[in-house]
Amino acid sequence: MAWFRKDRKARTSSREKLEIPADAWDKCDECGHVDLREKFDRALQVCPNCGYHKRINSRKYIEILTDPDSFEELFENIRPVDPLRFESYADRLVATQKLVGMADAVVTGAGTLTGVPLHVAAMEFAFMGGSMGSVVGEKIARLTALSLKKKVALVIVSASGGARMQEGVLSLMQMAKTSPLISQLRDQGIPYISILTNPTTGGVSASWAMQGDINLAEPGALIGFAGPRVIKQTIGQDLPKGFQTSEFLVEHGMVDAVVPRSDLADTVARLIRLMQRRPAFEAVD
Amino acid sequence: MAFGTSWGLNAYGWFGRARRIVATAYNLEFEKPLLELEKQIAHLKRMARDQQIDVGREIAPLESKLTSLRREIYDGLTPLQRVLVARHPSRPYTLDYLDLTFTDFIELRGDRLFRDDPAIVGGWARFRGRTVMVIGHQKGRDTKENLKRNFGMPHPEGYRKALRLMRMAERFHAPVITLIDTPGAYPGLGAEERGQAEAIARNLEDMASLKTATIAVIIGEGGSGGALALALADRVMMFENSVYSVISPEGCAAILWQDASQKERAAEALKITARDLQQLGVIDDIVPEPPGGAHADPEGAAEALSEVLARHLADLDRVPVDRLVPLRAEKYLKMGQFTED
Ligand SMILES: [Zn+2]
Repeated sequence: MAWFRKDRKARTSSREKLEIPADAWDKCDECGHVDLREKFDRALQVCPNCGYHKRINSRKYIEILTDPDSFEELFENIRPVDPLRFESYADRLVATQKLVGMADAVVTGAGTLTGVPLHVAAMEFAFMGGSMGSVVGEKIARLTALSLKKKVALVIVSASGGARMQEGVLSLMQMAKTSPLISQLRDQGIPYISILTNPTTGGVSASWAMQGDINLAEPGALIGFAGPRVIKQTIGQDLPKGFQTSEFLVEHGMVDAVVPRSDLADTVARLIRLMQRRPAFEAVD
Repeated sequence: MAFGTSWGLNAYGWFGRARRIVATAYNLEFEKPLLELEKQIAHLKRMARDQQIDVGREIAPLESKLTSLRREIYDGLTPLQRVLVARHPSRPYTLDYLDLTFTDFIELRGDRLFRDDPAIVGGWARFRGRTVMVIGHQKGRDTKENLKRNFGMPHPEGYRKALRLMRMAERFHAPVITLIDTPGAYPGLGAEERGQAEAIARNLEDMASLKTATIAVIIGEGGSGGALALALADRVMMFENSVYSVISPEGCAAILWQDASQKERAAEALKITARDLQQLGVIDDIVPEPPGGAHADPEGAAEALSEVLARHLADLDRVPVDRLVPLRAEKYLKMGQFTED
C-alpha cells in the first residue's frame, strides 16, 4: 500500500500540514485514509472514506447510548478475585486495571435516552479481550435483575472473545447465571436489546449477546461461536470471504439488523419506545 | 486386536445387555501395572482351562491385589490423567446408560427445522418404572461411528432437537435427565451459518424456564459451552473421573503458553475435576465410579448412576413445580467469586 500513502501525502497541502501538529491526524486501519483526528472523533471513529468502524471503548458506548449527564454508574464496587489461584492471573489483573482504568471488563449503569429510562452495560475489549469472568457475569446479572424490578429496558453492548480462562468453569457458569434473568425479562415483556460489536464470540455470543429480543450488530463486526482460527484448523481450509461478519449473520437470520454507529442511539431509542408493553387486553364478560 | 498390545483387556468379557462396548487401542500409561497383573491372571486362567487344573489359590491374591492397585492408581490420578480417562473410548456413553440404567427407551429424532444431529440422542425412557426424558451427547467407538456422531460434537440442530424434547417433557410433566459427554460444540462452517451461538444461548434461556425437574450428569467430557447447553439444571453432578472445563487443557496451553504440550500444567490450573468443581460450588454431587474407572466396569457405573439419580429425583419430587424455576435461578445466581467493598 506504499503507493497509496504517497498519494495521500501529496494531496495534503504542505502549508496545511505545517499549521496542524502531527498528532492532530489519524489514519484508518482499513483503507489507510488520513484525516483530522477531530473528524474521526465527530464520526464516532467511523472512517469518513470507507465506513470502517474502529473500536471505541465502553465509556464511549455509554456516552452514545445515554443522554448527556443522565448516566449513573452502578455496581462499580464489584471487583475480581483470583478464585483458582491461576498462575499470573492476579498480577495480570492488577496490571490491566492500571492500564485500562477499570476494575473489570464491563461498565453497568442507569440513564435515559431521549428521555426514556434504560439500563446499559458496555463491555470493555481492552480489558483482557472483554473476557467474561465472575465480575462481568455478576454485573450483567444485577443490571438485568434491576431491569426486572423497575421494568426498565435493558441494553447490553458486547465486545468479547468469550469466557475468561483464568476463572475456569466459574466463567462458564456466568452464562448460566444471567440466562434465567434474561428469560424472566422475556416473560415480563421488558425490552432487551443486544448490540454486538467487534468481536463477539465464545461464551458471550452463546449467552446474552444472542438472547436479545432484538439483536443489532455494528457493520463488519466478527460474530460467531468459534473463532475463525479454530474453525480453520478444524476444517483445514480457508474460510469464505465475509464469513462470521455482521452482514453474514443478518443474511443467516441470527441478528435483526446491521446498524452503523451513528444510527445506534436513534435506533435503540425508537425500538424501546415501540416496544413499550401495553396493558393486556381484558375481555369484557 | 492382538492380545496385550492394546488397552482392551479391562473391558474384556463385558457385553452390555444390548450393546457391546468394544475396546479399541487406547493406552493409558498409568494403567500399565494393571495390565501386567491382568495379563498374569488371564494367563493362569487359560492354563487352568487348558490343563484342567485348579488355580483358585493362585488367582485369588492376584485379583485382590488388582483391585487394591486399581483403587490406589485411580485415587491418585492427576487432572490430566482424569481427562484421559474421561475420553476413554470404552467409557460408557449415553446409549450405554440408556441400555443399563434405563428401560423402554424410544429414540426421538430431529429438530423439525433442519435435520437430525446424531451427536445428540434423546427420547422417552423409564427410570425405575417412571417416565423420563433422557437426552445426551453421543460419541462413536470406531471411525465409522465417530464420523456419524461427529465425535460427540453437536451442530445447532442437535441443541434444537434437545430443546424440542425438553419442552415435550415439560408438557407431559416428566423429568429431564441429560447426560453430558462432548469435547465441545462443533466449530465448523455449517454450524456457524446455522447459529451455533444462538442455539446454545436459546437452550440456556429455555432450560432456565423449564417447568419440570431437570438433572444433568457429566458422564465423560464436559467441554465448555457445548456441554453447558444441556447442563443448566436443578441438579448437576459429575462422575468421579469426568471433567468439566471452560476450555480443553490443550487449548488453554496453546493460548496461554503457545505450547499445547503444557497441557498437564493447564489441566492442573483450570480446576476441572469433580472434586474441584464440588468445592467451587458448581456441582451438587459426585457419582462414584467402580475401581479402575467406569470403563473397567460399565455395569457398576450404571448402577452408581441409578442410585444417585434416584436420590435426586426423590428430592426434586418434593419441590412444587412452580418453585422449580425460581430455585434454579437462585442456584446459579450464587456462582462465581468476587469482592464488593
Ligand atoms: Zn477507511
